[in-house]
Amino acid sequence: MWFPRLASDRVLRAHPSEAPFVIAARTGSTELIYCLNPAAEQAGLHRGMRLADARSFCPDLISRPAEPARDTRLLRSLRRWAERFCPWVGFEGTDGLVLDITGSAHLWGDEAALLADMRARLERARIEVRLAAAGTRGTAWALAHFGDTEDGLLALPVAALRLAPETVTGLQRLGLRSIGDLTASPRAPLARRFGPDLLLRLDQALGAQPEPVTPEAEPPQFSVRLTLPEPIGLEADVMAATERLLAPLCAKLAAQDMGARRLCLTLRRVDQASQQVELRLAAAMREPARILPLFQRGVTEVDAGFGIDQIRLEATQVEPLPLQQIGPTNQPRPDHLADLITRIGTRIGLENIQRFLPADSHIPERSFLIAPAAFSEAQGGFHAPRPRPIRLFPPEPIHASGAQPPARFRWRRMTLTTARATGPERITPEWWLPDDNWRSGLRDYWKIDTREGRRLWLFYTPQNPGWFVQGEFA
Amino acid sequence: MSSQLPPFFPLRAGRVHEVCGPASTGFSAIVAGVAGGRALWAQEAWLADMLTPASMMPFLDPAKLLLAKTQNQTDSLAVAEEALKDGSLSVVVLEVTRPLDLREGRRLQLAARTGGTTGLCIIPEGMGSNAAETRWRATPLFDPACEDSTLMRWEIIKNKSGTTGAWHVHWDAQTHRLHVVPPVGERPGSARTPE
Repeated sequence: MWFPRLASDRVLRAHPSEAPFVIAARTGSTELIYCLNPAAEQAGLHRGMRLADARSFCPDLISRPAEPARDTRLLRSLRRWAERFCPWVGFEGTDGLVLDITGSAHLWGDEAALLADMRARLERARIEVRLAAAGTRGTAWALAHFGDTEDGLLALPVAALRLAPETVTGLQRLGLRSIGDLTASPRAPLARRFGPDLLLRLDQALGAQPEPVTPEAEPPQFSVRLTLPEPIGLEADVMAATERLLAPLCAKLAAQDMGARRLCLTLRRVDQASQQVELRLAAAMREPARILPLFQRGVTEVDAGFGIDQIRLEATQVEPLPLQQIGPTNQPRPDHLADLITRIGTRIGLENIQRFLPADSHIPERSFLIAPAAFSEAQGGFHAPRPRPIRLFPPEPIHASGAQPPARFRWRRMTLTTARATGPERITPEWWLPDDNWRSGLRDYWKIDTREGRRLWLFYTPQNPGWFVQGEFA
Repeated sequence: MSSQLPPFFPLRAGRVHEVCGPASTGFSAIVAGVAGGRALWAQEAWLADMLTPASMMPFLDPAKLLLAKTQNQTDSLAVAEEALKDGSLSVVVLEVTRPLDLREGRRLQLAARTGGTTGLCIIPEGMGSNAAETRWRATPLFDPACEDSTLMRWEIIKNKSGTTGAWHVHWDAQTHRLHVVPPVGERPGSARTPE
C-alpha cells in the first residue's frame, strides 16, 4: 500500500478543494514543494520545486506548511485500520504500509477482491493509494510504485529495487535499465562494483532471500468498560461497578509494569448524557483496594438522573511503576501519605499541597522553593548560615530614621522598646532577577529583641532610607 | 536549668489542642518537632504570611513538612479533618481565621481520635472552640542572657483533664529538647531585678 499524496490528502480531507494545492516544507532558507494534489500536478508543478517558482506558474495556488508529525499520526491510524484485512501490518517507509495477507485473502474471495475492497474503502476516505499484491515484499513495493505491467517485475526499471540513487545512475550508465537486464548479467562483477546491497535487493524482490514483515506492536490500552442490562442509580452500585472495572484495569497496568497517575470514570446515563469523575493520584499506583476509596468523593457528586447504564474507566495518564526489590534497607512500607494527598487534592487541588525544597539564594523569600508535593520528592539540604525568622510577611514600614536601629518604635499599634539589636546583615538584591520588592536597593537586616518579648526582623534600606519589619522569630 | 517538661506536654495524641498568642508559630513548630514524624500545615492561601524552612530547622526537618493552601476556612477544616483521620501524619496544624463553633471543634476531635493524630489549631485570641483538649497561650520573652534565645512563656488557659499553669520554656536546638527554666529574676545566682 503506497499513499503517494498522504500529506496533501490529510489536509484536503478536512478542507476539500479542487484548486491546485501544495504542501511546502522549509529546507534551509527556501520552501520546497513536499506534496501536491493532481490539480497542481496538471498545472505543471512537481515535487521538490521551489514554492516561489510554483506560485509564478500557478497564481491561485493554495499552500500549507508541512507537518510530518501529523502525517505520521495519520499513517499510524491507517495501520490500525489495515488490521481489518490481516493481523500482520507493518510500516513501509514514511508513506506506505506492508501487509502480509497470506492466509487472509480467501476471506474476501481472492487477492483481487481484497485489493478492490481496500481501494473502494480508501477512495471513500478520500486517500489516494496505489496497491499491489505480489509474492515477495520487494515485488509488491516495485509494482505499487512503478505500476503493473504485463511482463511483471522484469520489465520495471532498476529504481524499483529500492536502491540508493547513485547505484541507479551507475547501473543506467552500464546500460542495465530494467530488472530483466540485471538478472541476465553475471552476479560477481555486479557485487564487486556496487556492493552486496544491490544483489540483496534483487534477491529479495525475486524471492531468493526472505524479507519478513515486522508488525507494529499494538500500544497498550488502559481502559475498560462495563455495559449494564438495567440502569443503576445507587451510589453503592456505582462503587461496586467501579470496583469490578478496577480489577481488570489494574491487572492490565500490572502486566505492563505501569501505574495510573490520572483516572477518568465516565458514567453514561440512559438519556445519553455522560458525566465524568476525574481522579488525579498523588503517586502512581495500581492497587484496586487503594484506588477505590479515592473515587468515593467524586462518585457522591454525580447526578444519576434516570440511571446509569454504561461505565467506562480509563487511565488517562500512566507512569512506569516497576516492581522493586525488597532488601534489608528498603522494607516494603505501605505509604499511605500519597493516598491522603490524593484525597485532600480532590478537594483543594493537587497543586495546593506543597512542600519546601531548598534553593540557592540569599534573598529570604527566594531561599526556598515551594513545589507541589505530588510532583516532587522530599529533599534535605536546607541550610541557614544565620538565623532566619519563622514567619515572613510583606515588609511593613515603621517610623524611624538613621542607620542604627531605633530605640523605640511602633509596629502594629504596639510600642516596642529595643533591648538588643543584632546585625547588620547586608543583603544585596539579585540584579540578574528583576524583583519589584527589591527596587529600594540594599538591605541591612537587624534582629531586634524587644523588651516586650517579640523578636522581630527589621531592615534598613540605606539607598532609599526607611525602616521595615519583615519577619518574626520563634 | 531544669530539663523537666511542663505537664501536659508533649500534647496528648489523638486530641485537638489550641494555641494563641504571638509565639504560637514557634509553639506549633516545637509541637511538630517533639512529635517527630510528618506534619501537615494547613493555611488559607490569601494569608500573606510565609513559613520559612530555614527557621524550622532547629525544631523539625523541613522535608517532613507538607503545606496545604486552601481557599477558605471550610476547606481548611475539611483538609484538617481528612488528615487527622488518616493517621499517616503525626501532627496537623491548622491556622484558624474565624471562630470555630462546637460542631466543627467536635468533628476535628473525633477525626483526631480516629487517626490517633495530634491536632493543633492556631487561633486568634478568644476564637477557640469548647471542644479543644487544652488551650495554650504562647508569648515570647526577652532573654538578656542569650542572643539566639527562644525563651517563651507558655500558659495553659484551658485544660479539660487537669489544672492550668504557666512555665518559661526554652528550646535547645543542639539537643533538640525543650527545657523549662525558672523566670529570670528567680534564677540561682541572679540578683532580683528591681521592678
